[in-house]
Amino acid sequence: MTGYRGAGRAVRGRGRTAASGAVLVAVLGLTGCGGFGARASDGTFVAGHPEPDHLVPGDTTSSYSFDVLAGLFDTLVGLTRDGGTVNLAAASVATADQKTWTIEIRPGRRFDNGEPVTAAAFADAWNNAAYGPNAYAANAYFSHIQGYADLNPPGPGARPRSRRLSGVRVVGATTLKVTLNEPFNQFPRLLTYPAFAPMPKAGLRDLKSFDEHPIGNGPYKMSGDWERDRQIRLVASPTYTGPRKPRNKGVVWKSYSSAETAYTDLRAGRIDVMQTIPAAKVPEARRLLGDRFLPRATGTIDYLGLPLFDGRFQNANLRRALSMAIDRRGISKAVYNGDYRPADSLLPPIIAGHRPGACGEPCTYDPARARELYARSGGFKGTLELYFSNAQPTYYQWMQIVANSLRQNLGIKDVRFRQVPASDYFGMLNAHAEKGPYRQNWEADYPSAQNYLENMWGGRGNRMGWHDPEFDDLIARANRAADEREALRLYNRAEDVAIREMPMIPLWTWAGQGGRSTRVGNVIITPYSTGLLAHEVTVK
Amino acid sequence: MRRYVLRRLLQAVPVFVGTTLLVYAMVFALPGDPIQALAGDKPVPESVLRTMRDRYNLDDPLPLQYGEYMWGLLHGRLGENYDGRQVAEMLGGRWTVTALLAVTAWLFELAVGVALGVWAGLRRGRLADTLVLGGTTLLIAVPVFVLGSAAQALFGLRWQIFPTAGADAGWPVGYLLPGMVLGSLGLSYVARLTRTGLAENLRADYVRTATAKGLSRVRVVGRHALRNSLIPVVTYLGVDFGNLMGGAIVTEGIFNLPGIGQQVFQSIQLKEGPVVVGAVTVMVLIFLLVNLAVDLLYGLLDPRIRYR
Repeated sequence: MTGYRGAGRAVRGRGRTAASGAVLVAVLGLTGCGGFGARASDGTFVAGHPEPDHLVPGDTTSSYSFDVLAGLFDTLVGLTRDGGTVNLAAASVATADQKTWTIEIRPGRRFDNGEPVTAAAFADAWNNAAYGPNAYAANAYFSHIQGYADLNPPGPGARPRSRRLSGVRVVGATTLKVTLNEPFNQFPRLLTYPAFAPMPKAGLRDLKSFDEHPIGNGPYKMSGDWERDRQIRLVASPTYTGPRKPRNKGVVWKSYSSAETAYTDLRAGRIDVMQTIPAAKVPEARRLLGDRFLPRATGTIDYLGLPLFDGRFQNANLRRALSMAIDRRGISKAVYNGDYRPADSLLPPIIAGHRPGACGEPCTYDPARARELYARSGGFKGTLELYFSNAQPTYYQWMQIVANSLRQNLGIKDVRFRQVPASDYFGMLNAHAEKGPYRQNWEADYPSAQNYLENMWGGRGNRMGWHDPEFDDLIARANRAADEREALRLYNRAEDVAIREMPMIPLWTWAGQGGRSTRVGNVIITPYSTGLLAHEVTVK
Repeated sequence: MRRYVLRRLLQAVPVFVGTTLLVYAMVFALPGDPIQALAGDKPVPESVLRTMRDRYNLDDPLPLQYGEYMWGLLHGRLGENYDGRQVAEMLGGRWTVTALLAVTAWLFELAVGVALGVWAGLRRGRLADTLVLGGTTLLIAVPVFVLGSAAQALFGLRWQIFPTAGADAGWPVGYLLPGMVLGSLGLSYVARLTRTGLAENLRADYVRTATAKGLSRVRVVGRHALRNSLIPVVTYLGVDFGNLMGGAIVTEGIFNLPGIGQQVFQSIQLKEGPVVVGAVTVMVLIFLLVNLAVDLLYGLLDPRIRYR
């Protein structure tokens, strides 16, 4: 109704503009003096990584959460630098039959809130993580333990019959008895997985605050709450008496949504350690960082799985021909700066049981021999579709090379690409909806030949629809073996069966490239779930 | 005027319902299972899958899911994501970051853009004009990720005048460089709009009259010519403020600012409907309010514009 009048304001407006301009100039001058690279040394260092998802040990399978959890908790058994096991919170882990395990916990250890680390602290944490209705991310890792099915009944509408794993019994203040479903000699290695960490009573009472501010028994403790999307500050725990006494005063895990930006901050000296430099920056980092560039072998293998439920892939000669037609070394050079190691076994070199050249001819690039095997197999009919997810741009790059190799070396004319959204990819594979070779990788949860072979060829990772009684029997016998060497021998025999049948083609082992600043020394990044050994880092 | 504002606010209701429904339906239609997407290649037992699907009503049809969501929203609940985190809590901290970044960029656009525009407009056809036109063309042409990365490499890494990334330095220091990068595009438009408008108006009869009356140069330019030239600039600034508040995925990524843009991007990938809808809902509201404010501002600049 009324007109809106505002005369005589424009001049004042200009005045304000000029004032804000002056503020801007003043701020620029202010920042000019500071300099943002230098940080005062207080004995702590900063590591950059993507944001973790959870800090309750059983509710995460994210390696970024593990970065933090490794500092906050001592699991019963830990890993040495070369993937061996060493007791941390446990004094001993013993068994006679590989099925019933007696675990003695070191007495006198405390959580950083003062509660003693008891057998119950482990049992309660495991029951909480394994209980189906809690829907914890690491739930499945408890499936080896007797009674797991009662907490996670299969079938829709079924109610759990128990809240406690019947296989986990507290028999004394610091004695735990664990019964497994089947004999499983790799159990101590499974115990290195971060989900098996203990939790204090205070944490189990209030899980939500525990997620923001975990209370652990490890070499570090939280300094303030988790600052979501920003950082998590850890300081050396004054009450820690275990074997991993920190050589620094603390570590800040800073969250980055872009690895490129984290790398820029590493160059600017704003962070001290970065475990994974993005592939595109690796050649530059190698040149610029010099001895501060930290390359390492990793345990991640890329595979090309073959859908054996599709009749066209039934012939083993065809599967071998596909494997031998792929130039692994050429792809590593073209896509990964030659850093990825062509697979010569189904296991990566960092795992005990790896035999160099175990795969032999079927993993060797030999177009002539591949053609011969291909002809003998009767060839491939129809369209060959290659499946991969859009998680990394490099997948498409190397799939194109694979496609060209198959066209040229085997004469398969019609090769097509099926790039699937990452969120949909594993659902598709689990449903056996793919119609051709698919990309898949595996990184060990714990360093064991069993974890690769049983997961990828026997269990859940076997999306090929491949069944071989000989393989399954060898794995079961290996899991029962009392002697580690005997177990490895049997795992290797199972590996030979899988190589002979070649239902899934091993391609290459990934390389990891980290970097450090000039402020820190003794930066050790392991290829296992322990990642960076934060407690070993020295600060200048 | 009051009735006009009321009517505009009432119009916002159907827009609000429409957008939330649309966004909800679009996230719903995305391929993939959100629970599986969350787990990646790690195993998810059936018991866990079932619990999660029940907890988040994932097996209900779209209208029912949307109804449940809106019912919660009416009671002030934004719900939680599939990771068990409260959406309100997740977005809260991020809105602060986005708002600070948007305000920084916007003030930069406004202050520097108008100043450059006036400078060029007063010197039409001379060196200053050419410099501003050339410079802004360059800024418009260069994609923001190139500009952002270059600014970061030079000002952050080489000369260390600004922090390379992150919001640790607080406002304004931590937000200046990303704000200027983000505002550079808007700055170019503001400078060009101001320059053209001013150059045109300076030749208008009423300006000649004002000069002939013996008014000072400052008064002629500031009060008469510039004020008339600012209407398209205000329109642009208003719309652009809405855009800036929508989050800047690229700029936030380069400068590691945990803002709303990054969150929405991640949540779309993870199919987290409640997060996406929650964020977009707030964006829509801001957009509507800013546009209303802009429309009211016209009256300030040009008294001939009235609202009924």
